[in-house]
Amino acid sequence: MSNTLLQLYDLSKKYGNLTAVNKLSLTIEKGKVYGLLGPNGSGKSTTLGMVLNVVNSTSGSFQWYEGKLTTHQALKKIGAIIERPNFYPYMSALQNLILICKIKQCSSDCIEEQLKLVNLWDRRNSNFSTFSLGMKQRLAIAAALVNKPDLLILDEPTNGLDPEGIHQIRKLIITIAEQGTTILLASHLLDEVEKVCSDVIVLKNGVKFYEGAVNGLTQTHGYFEIAAENEEQLLNFLKMHSDLGKIKKENQYYHVSLEKNISTTEFSKELQKAGILLTHFSKKQPSLESQFLSLTQTKKHATPEN
Amino acid sequence: MQLLKIELYKLWHSRISKVLIFGYFLLIFSIAILSTIKIEFGPINFYLAEQGIFNFPYIWHFNTFMIALLKVFFAIIIVAMIGNEYSNKTLKQNLIDGLSKAEFLRSKVYAILAFVLTSTLLVFIISLILGGIYSDYDELPIIFTDLEYLVAYTVKLFGFFTFCLFLSILIKRSAFALGFLALWQVIEGISFGLMKWTLSDLIPQISAEQIFKFFPLNAMGNLIKEPFSRLSAIQNIADQIGDGFVKDYSVSFLNIIIVLIWSALFIYGSYSLLKRRDL
Repeated sequence: MSNTLLQLYDLSKKYGNLTAVNKLSLTIEKGKVYGLLGPNGSGKSTTLGMVLNVVNSTSGSFQWYEGKLTTHQALKKIGAIIERPNFYPYMSALQNLILICKIKQCSSDCIEEQLKLVNLWDRRNSNFSTFSLGMKQRLAIAAALVNKPDLLILDEPTNGLDPEGIHQIRKLIITIAEQGTTILLASHLLDEVEKVCSDVIVLKNGVKFYEGAVNGLTQTHGYFEIAAENEEQLLNFLKMHSDLGKIKKENQYYHVSLEKNISTTEFSKELQKAGILLTHFSKKQPSLESQFLSLTQTKKHATPEN
Repeated sequence: MQLLKIELYKLWHSRISKVLIFGYFLLIFSIAILSTIKIEFGPINFYLAEQGIFNFPYIWHFNTFMIALLKVFFAIIIVAMIGNEYSNKTLKQNLIDGLSKAEFLRSKVYAILAFVLTSTLLVFIISLILGGIYSDYDELPIIFTDLEYLVAYTVKLFGFFTFCLFLSILIKRSAFALGFLALWQVIEGISFGLMKWTLSDLIPQISAEQIFKFFPLNAMGNLIKEPFSRLSAIQNIADQIGDGFVKDYSVSFLNIIIVLIWSALFIYGSYSLLKRRDL
């Protein structure tokens, strides 16, 4: 059995004049944990919608299991949650899962196991409509797992949840990933992807900007946010320093990117030696937003392909 | 079969649709209540059951016509069962879980077919019982004549429900779909009026009735013509007034074909809507 689960070939989706997904090509292989990263509106959900048979593609194609199965046959063997959890509100958690087993034509034996995994076994007979959003989302994960899927697709699974809910869901995803399930996690949160994924695909405006290992994307050493009484002296020092990269001024602080991992104590000692009196100093990691900006800016003129 | 089971499972676990379905089947039995209508008013002694409405083979015509009126009630269930899939977004979830769009539609059509056949069976049984009690004739050949009314009943219901299916997939919201159904009835009425008014001037060879019988709701209505004027009691009166009339009450084969073609179009239309739309 081959390891390729899903392949996309130049898949595009246009809504009128707007191109939501632009000639996207991807391969999803068994055994990896993929992150599909991109800001809101970058085409993540549309891409997933197309491979999940709910959005029609404008051009291009995709195939499941190297074309050995039709899309709906393949979907019976995977599990997916997109956007909000959708269940029959008048049915209990258990009844909903039994229905899903009927649709997926799988045995309903592992319903109990999955409901226990997501901590809903005690509420199995409550109607779906009585659940909180966090519980609904957990039920959705259980539903996506009842057929022991070859691939689990999660689209923004922590969206709209409170911190406790987010924590529970992330813990759950890590547990599932550790069990060896292939996962495709779409998110706009870099740290979410960073925590669980081995591979990452970055989308912006429907175009793929990056595909590869997660640490390749997050390989920055952060930056210093710094201010001193004597600005000129500080600026000269920063410019002369060999381990520092770009310098820019934002509000009253200088932002200096690091080429190398330098600890704050080490650096403040050096500044002290140079006789610079600091008024503000801290080390920060770039936000997803700036990460994206740097990524999209550096690759603006390159072809979208890798 | 698996698809029918899925659909029935969905309906069975909804209290509202369960109540409505049982309500509908119980209402079918309510035609028996007609048999108990007895009016005694001084010298006038009127006992409905003895007016011949339950005579074989007339009973097939009368019961299928009367019970078919209840179809509107069942239309609510059909429209709700599609509308809910849209409003709960469970249609989307069903597709993600691996049901194809064609399978989704088939599960609905099978459910409709199952209910139509159950309904027909009930009409058959209740007519047999009522006829057995009240009919003046009980020879087997007479009992089993005019059974084509049952075929017409099946086709009529199936046509009507597939129309509901199509409308609810088109409009996605149950209440609006029902509203549109009522509106459509009016549209057919008005267009018939307009045709009658203008057509005779434009193309005198074709009468408005000839075109009108191809309209979906009218074609369904024509399948079983009103049975009242066929009652011997009423025909006697008409004869006495000197206004005797001859009307063809039989089930027309052409009509059955027209309705079946509409059903096929509605199902195909539903499918192409499902296929084309993004969810």
